[in-house]
Amino acid sequence: MLDSSEGYTTADGRQIGGVLMEMKNITLRFGGVVAINDISFDIREGEIRAIIGPNGAGKSSMLNVISGFYTPSEGEVFYKGSKRPQMKPFEVARMGVARTFQNIALFEGMTVLDNVMTGRLTHMHSGVFSQALWFGRARDEEMDNREKVERVIDFLEIQNIRKTPVGRLPYGLKKRVELARALAAEPSLLLLDEPMAGMNVEEKEDMSRFILDVNDEFGTTIALIEHDMGVVMDLSDRVVVMDYGKKIGDGTPDEVRGNQDVIDAYLGVSHD
Amino acid sequence: MLYDFLIQPFVDMATAPDFFLQVLWEGLVSGVLYALIALGFVLIFRSSRIFNFAQGIMVVFAALTLVGLHAMGVPAWIAVALTLAVMFVLAVTIERVVLRPLVGQPDIILFMATIGITLFLIGLGETIFGGENKVMISEELGIPTGDTVLEPWGGLLILQHLDITVVVVATLLVAGLLAFLNYTQMGRAIRALGDDHQAALSVGISLQTIWVLVWFIAGIIALVTGIAWGARAGVSFALEVIAYKALPVLMLGGLESITGAIVGGLMIGMLEKLFEIYWGQPFLGGNTETWFAFVLALIVLLFRPQGLFGERIIERV
Amino acid sequence: MLYRTAGQFKTSYTADQALFPVRQDAILLGVILVFAYLIFPLTASEFAFQTLLIPILIYALAAMGLNILTGYAGQLSLGTGAFMGVGAYACYKLITIFPWMNPIVAILLSGVFSAGVGVVFGIPSLRIKGFYLAIATLAAQFFLVWLFEKWAWLYNYNASGAIQVPNLDIFGLYVSGPQAASVTQYYLVLGVVTLMSILCINLTRGNLGRTWKATRDMDIAAELIGINLMRSKLVAFAISSYIVGVAGALYVFMWKGAAEPNVFDIPLSFQVLFIAIIGGLGSILGNYLGAILIVGLPVVLNLVPSALGLPISSAMVEHLNVMIVGGLIIFFLIVEPHGLAQLWRLIREKLIIWPFPH
Repeated sequence: MLDSSEGYTTADGRQIGGVLMEMKNITLRFGGVVAINDISFDIREGEIRAIIGPNGAGKSSMLNVISGFYTPSEGEVFYKGSKRPQMKPFEVARMGVARTFQNIALFEGMTVLDNVMTGRLTHMHSGVFSQALWFGRARDEEMDNREKVERVIDFLEIQNIRKTPVGRLPYGLKKRVELARALAAEPSLLLLDEPMAGMNVEEKEDMSRFILDVNDEFGTTIALIEHDMGVVMDLSDRVVVMDYGKKIGDGTPDEVRGNQDVIDAYLGVSHD
Repeated sequence: MLYDFLIQPFVDMATAPDFFLQVLWEGLVSGVLYALIALGFVLIFRSSRIFNFAQGIMVVFAALTLVGLHAMGVPAWIAVALTLAVMFVLAVTIERVVLRPLVGQPDIILFMATIGITLFLIGLGETIFGGENKVMISEELGIPTGDTVLEPWGGLLILQHLDITVVVVATLLVAGLLAFLNYTQMGRAIRALGDDHQAALSVGISLQTIWVLVWFIAGIIALVTGIAWGARAGVSFALEVIAYKALPVLMLGGLESITGAIVGGLMIGMLEKLFEIYWGQPFLGGNTETWFAFVLALIVLLFRPQGLFGERIIERV
Repeated sequence: MLYRTAGQFKTSYTADQALFPVRQDAILLGVILVFAYLIFPLTASEFAFQTLLIPILIYALAAMGLNILTGYAGQLSLGTGAFMGVGAYACYKLITIFPWMNPIVAILLSGVFSAGVGVVFGIPSLRIKGFYLAIATLAAQFFLVWLFEKWAWLYNYNASGAIQVPNLDIFGLYVSGPQAASVTQYYLVLGVVTLMSILCINLTRGNLGRTWKATRDMDIAAELIGINLMRSKLVAFAISSYIVGVAGALYVFMWKGAAEPNVFDIPLSFQVLFIAIIGGLGSILGNYLGAILIVGLPVVLNLVPSALGLPISSAMVEHLNVMIVGGLIIFFLIVEPHGLAQLWRLIREKLIIWPFPH
C-alpha cells in the first residue's frame, strides 16, 4: 500500500502528489440511520479517486460530506494540510471544491454560457455599484472571465450550444455543461457524482475522455462516484469501496478487484 | 412600563377570568371559521398544488348570491340550494376554463390565475348584485338570535346563540369532511392525490373529477362561512379580508395538513383576540388583528420552517 | 426583412455582450426613446399624462423592482404595495424635516429606507421558501399599512391621516404639488425610470444577475457552487425594495399628490404583481409591456361604452372593468404563461428568420 507522503507514480507514468484531502473516521447519521460508519481515506493531488459501492452504500452521502452539504456527525476533514472547520457549502466551494450532481442540477432558466459563467462566481469580486454602472472593474472582470469560460467551452466541445437555454438540451449534453460549470471554477478538487449515469456507450466514452483530459491537461484532482464498474476501473488510480455505510476496500483497481469482501458485496452474498 | 406590557395583562386575565373566557370564546368562534376556510385551501392544495387565493372571494360571492337570490323573491332554503348549484357550476367552470389549460405550469402561474379568478368574481358579483353592503337573511334561515348568560365565578359570560350555532355547524361540517376523506372512495382518492400524484393517477382516479369535487367542497365551505360571517358582520366585500386570515393558519399548520388547518385556525383565532384585547388596544392603538396572525406565523416559522405539524425536511442533492 | 441579422458579425466578447447585439433592436429602442422624450411630451393632453403616461412609467418601475426579487431571484413577494408606502412616507418625512432638500434627491434617498425595511422582512427568506415566504411577505404588507395608520408622526399628525404633497420646486420650477405642470412631472419620472432601467439591465446581465437566477432556478446547487444564498437573497431584497420605494415616492409625489394609508394596501401589491407576471418574470422589457396593458386597459374600457353610445352607469363600468381585467389575466396566462416579453421574443425570432419557417 501507499504510505509515503510524497505520493506515487501511476501505471501510466503520471506522478501523484501529497495528500490533498483526508477524511478521518467520518460518521454520518440521520436520526437513527447510519449513512456512513467510521470511514477514513485520503485523496491525493493529481489523482483520480473513485468511490464505488452498491445502491444505498452511502457514496452520495460521502460526496456530500466532502462538498460540505452534510456536516459529519463524527470525524474530521483535513484539506490542504489543515483541519477544515465546520463551514457552509458555499465556503467549501470557495476553497476550491467544485462538483457535479447525480440528478443534473443546472440552472434551467439560463443559457449554457450563463450556466458556465456561474462557475466563475467564486473568482468575481466587483461590487454592486460597479456592476450596476457596467463600468470599470465589473466590465473588465466580465470580459476576463468570459475568456476563461470560452476556453472551457472549447475544451468540452460545446461551442455551438453556447447561447441555447439549457432547458432545451438533451441529457448527455446537460451532463457536459455541468462538467463545464464545475471546470470553470478551476477547482483544486473536482467531485463528480455519477458522471455517466443514464448515458449510452458513446456518451460514456466521450465523458471518460473528458475526465481523463481534464486530469491530464489541468492536473485537476478528481474524486468520482460511479456505478459502471468497467468505467471506474479504467479511469481511476485508486478506488474506495463502500457497502452499507462501511468501507470494505481501498486500493488500486487491481487490488480492489481481487478483494473478497468487494466481490461478495457486488455479487450479493447475504449479510448476517 | 415593562411591567405594564409583560406582566399586567396576565394579572388582568387572572383577576377577571370571566372576561378572559369571553375573549377566548369570541376568538374561538373566529378561529372555527378560519379553520374552515383553511381547510378549503388545504384540500385544493393537496389535490392540485394550487394555492387558491380565490377562496376568500368565494366566501363573499356565495353569501352575495344567497342574499341576492332571496332579494329576487326566492324562498330562503331554495336560495341556499340554488347557491350550492351556482358554486358547483363555478367549480366546473374553473376546472374547464382555468385549470385544464394551465395544468403543468409553474406554481406561481396557477397562483396568479386564482388571483385572476378573484378579480373576475369581484367584478361579476358587483355587476350582478351591486357593490353596496347587504344584510344576511339570518332570520329566514332560522339562525337563532338572542344569547345565553352564564355566571362563572360570579362573573358574566355572554354566549350569542348565533355564535353557538356557528361553532356547532362548523364542527359538524369539519367532522363530515373528515369522515368523507377517510371513509369514502372519493375522499381517499383526494388524500392519495396529496401524497403522490403519479401513483394516484396510476390507480385510475380521474384528476378532472377530483378537481371539480375539491373546488365544489371549497364552494360549500365558502357558503357556510359566508352565511356565518355575514350574519355576524353583514355581507360586503370586506368579508374577503377575513379569508386572508386563513393564510397564516396555513403557514402555521402547513399547506397540506388537515389537522394543521384545524388546530392552527383555532389557535390563531384565540391568540389574535387575546393579543388585541390585552395588548393591542391598551398599548398599540388597536386593530392589531390585521397583522398579528401573520407576524405570529412568521416568528414560529423562523424557528420551525416546516410549520407546527410538518415533518423535518432533510435536503438531498 | 426588417430584422435580418445576417452580416452582423461579432469579433470580440465585448461586442457579443453589448446591450444590443442586433442592430435593429437598437434602432427600435431609439425610435421609442424619441417618442418618449420628444413626441409624447409635446403632443400629450393633460388626460393622457395623468391616466396613461405618468402612471405607466411609475407602475413599470414598481414592477421592475418586484421583478428583480421575484423574476430574477425567485422570491415571491406580496408586499410590494407596503414597500411603495415606505418609500412614499420616507420621502414625505425627508421633505418635512429637510425642506431645503432637492425633491429629486429626496425621492432617490427615500428608496434607501424601503431597502432597509425590505432587508428586515427579507430575513425570513433564508429559512422560509415558496408560498410560505409569500405569506410571510403579507405580514409586512399588513403590518406596515397598519403602522402608516397608527403612527401619526409619519403623516405629521394631520387630522385627515393622509399625506399631502406640498409645492416643491427645483430652481423655481415646480415639480410636485398642485402647482406643478404635468409635463414637468412626466420628464422627471421618465428620467428616474430611464436611469433605474439602465442600472437594472446592467445588474441583471452581469454577475449579480447570474447569482440571482442561480438562486431562483436551484438554490441547493447554487450554494454548492459557491453562492452565499443569504447574501444573494438579501441583496435582491435590498435592491428590489429600493426601486419599489422610489416608485412609491414617485407614485405619491409625481402623480397622486396625496395618499391615505389604504392606498398602499394589498390591491396595489397585486396590481404590481400582475404587471410583472403578465409582462414576464425575469424580463426588464416585460414590466413596460405589462404596465401598458394593466394601466391602459381600464382607460380604454372606460372609453368604450360612451364611444358606442351605450347607456351604462360609471359604477357599472367600474365593475365590468374589474371582471374583464380578471378574465384577461387568466386569458394571458393561458396564452403565454411567460408573459408579453416572451411573446415579443417569439415574434422577434420569427422576424429574424422570415420568410423561412425555421
